[in-house]
Amino acid sequence: VHIDKDLVAASATPLVLAILADGESYGYAILKRVRALSEGELEWTDGMLYPLLHRLRRLGYVTTEWRAPPEGRRRQYYKLTDDGRAALADQQRQWVAVTRALNDVWPGSGGLLRAVREV
Amino acid sequence: MESVESQIAEWRAYVASAPAVNGHDVDELEDHLRHQIAELTEAGLTPDEGFLIAVKRMGHLDALSREFAREHSGRLWKQLVLAADDEPVRSASGWLEAFAFAAAAAVAIQVARLAAGFPDEEPTWFARNLGLFVLPFLAAYFARQRQLDLRGWVLTAAPFAVAALVVNLYPYDADSDTEILVALHLPVVLWFVIAYPYMGGTIRSHERRMDFVRFTGEWFIYYVLIALGGGVLMALTAGILEPAGVDVDRIAEWVLPSGAAGAVIVAAWLVESKQRVVENMAPVLSMLFTPLFALMLAVATVVYAVTGLGGAFDRDLLSVLDALLVVVLGLVLYGLSAREPSTSPGWMDRIQLVAVASALVLDVMVLGAMIARIGDLGFTPNRTAALGLNLVLLVNLAGAAWLSARFLIGRVRFHRLERWQTTYLPVFALWAATVVVVLPPLFGFS
Repeated sequence: VHIDKDLVAASATPLVLAILADGESYGYAILKRVRALSEGELEWTDGMLYPLLHRLRRLGYVTTEWRAPPEGRRRQYYKLTDDGRAALADQQRQWVAVTRALNDVWPGSGGLLRAVREV
Repeated sequence: MESVESQIAEWRAYVASAPAVNGHDVDELEDHLRHQIAELTEAGLTPDEGFLIAVKRMGHLDALSREFAREHSGRLWKQLVLAADDEPVRSASGWLEAFAFAAAAAVAIQVARLAAGFPDEEPTWFARNLGLFVLPFLAAYFARQRQLDLRGWVLTAAPFAVAALVVNLYPYDADSDTEILVALHLPVVLWFVIAYPYMGGTIRSHERRMDFVRFTGEWFIYYVLIALGGGVLMALTAGILEPAGVDVDRIAEWVLPSGAAGAVIVAAWLVESKQRVVENMAPVLSMLFTPLFALMLAVATVVYAVTGLGGAFDRDLLSVLDALLVVVLGLVLYGLSAREPSTSPGWMDRIQLVAVASALVLDVMVLGAMIARIGDLGFTPNRTAALGLNLVLLVNLAGAAWLSARFLIGRVRFHRLERWQTTYLPVFALWAATVVVVLPPLFGFS
């Protein structure tokens, strides 16, 4: 399925927040996770992840730290804050509301609601 | 492998040349690129092929740079942010338009001056309307630059029309205090009106409000520079022409008002188009003067507290202190707007807290003295205006001190400090508007 780019943009923040909720991470790993989760259907331009991460940092949803692993290059790690968790919870409520509404007008797609309930 | 390394280096240099992307961002992007290449090579591609795919996936540099600019608007807050997707950032005729508006303002002030007979006569309407002769041109300049629609133009023009009516229909007494207050506060009100076209109508955006604060600080710096240069030019002209028997005062009468009015628009244009110049200079100035002002304020606060002068401020001292508080607030605001939000608290933040806290204590003392005076002698227009200004400042400084203390101990994000100031900006505008609109009738135009 081709996903509209507005929808990709809208889902980017909750996706990144949710990935960071599993533990701190860095840019490339986050992107790989997005690809795996969406089975390649969410087409992200790799570079765009970074302005998004920086916005989350400015809003206080994540903290950052530069760290150099013994074998590798210096890289910036992102870690979710309590504010970020709250924002994620808020996003989840919004997406549940949206999917529920869509589900109501599309009676055939019962699978959608089930998917949401499992969240 | 050799060739990939050089390709990466080239790519890195290319990305680093994008205006809104800084060194750390490039490091981060490069790390990403290398990961991607490594993974693709493991999957069987040659490093060269991996490089090509990784670069392609990274996205178009223009789009990427614009995204960075949108987020880090402080790094380059106008060029990319305000330019539409593919139109050139600034056309070559940009300066022509700026100078046309500057010339219009210069002519307008000259017509008004001739009508007033200034400086032989000094009718009060001239001083009262001064802002209205110049600032509409600046507003129109921005309205054109931001390509406002009809609604935007109407919303830009309406406050000027209202101000012109209010200021000129009120029947002020002769030697009226309220009239002087209006002359002092109207330019402030009109400056806030300019925020609307400056922000292209998006006045709710806190980021754009911060841009406007930054613009105000940088405009001020440019204006002072132009004024200094103009002063030197005038002095030299006088020195050269006076021996030849030319009446230099007559020349100054013509050149000074027009120059001062035109410079308002030229300075705004310079801020917009020569951003990089002032961007380097302004943080240095604020870094230089914030500690000095902090020191001066701290010393003054201690001296007043120890010597017990706290109760005996006289009128002149009160107005000096008020001016000082406004300057400190300006410095703090500008310092906030020029700061990189993501860095952790540093010594500049501590110094700023000292400045804000000292200003707060001074403000409390000034307020105490003022309330005592009002208690003894009752309300007058001047005292009311000063009291209001001090209360507005007190709330702002208290909020700023509280938040920056919490920021220093790591309890709140820097973002909150910015938010506090940008949320508070309309309060200043409202208070100045109150002095212009409400105070004169309240005191019977005395």
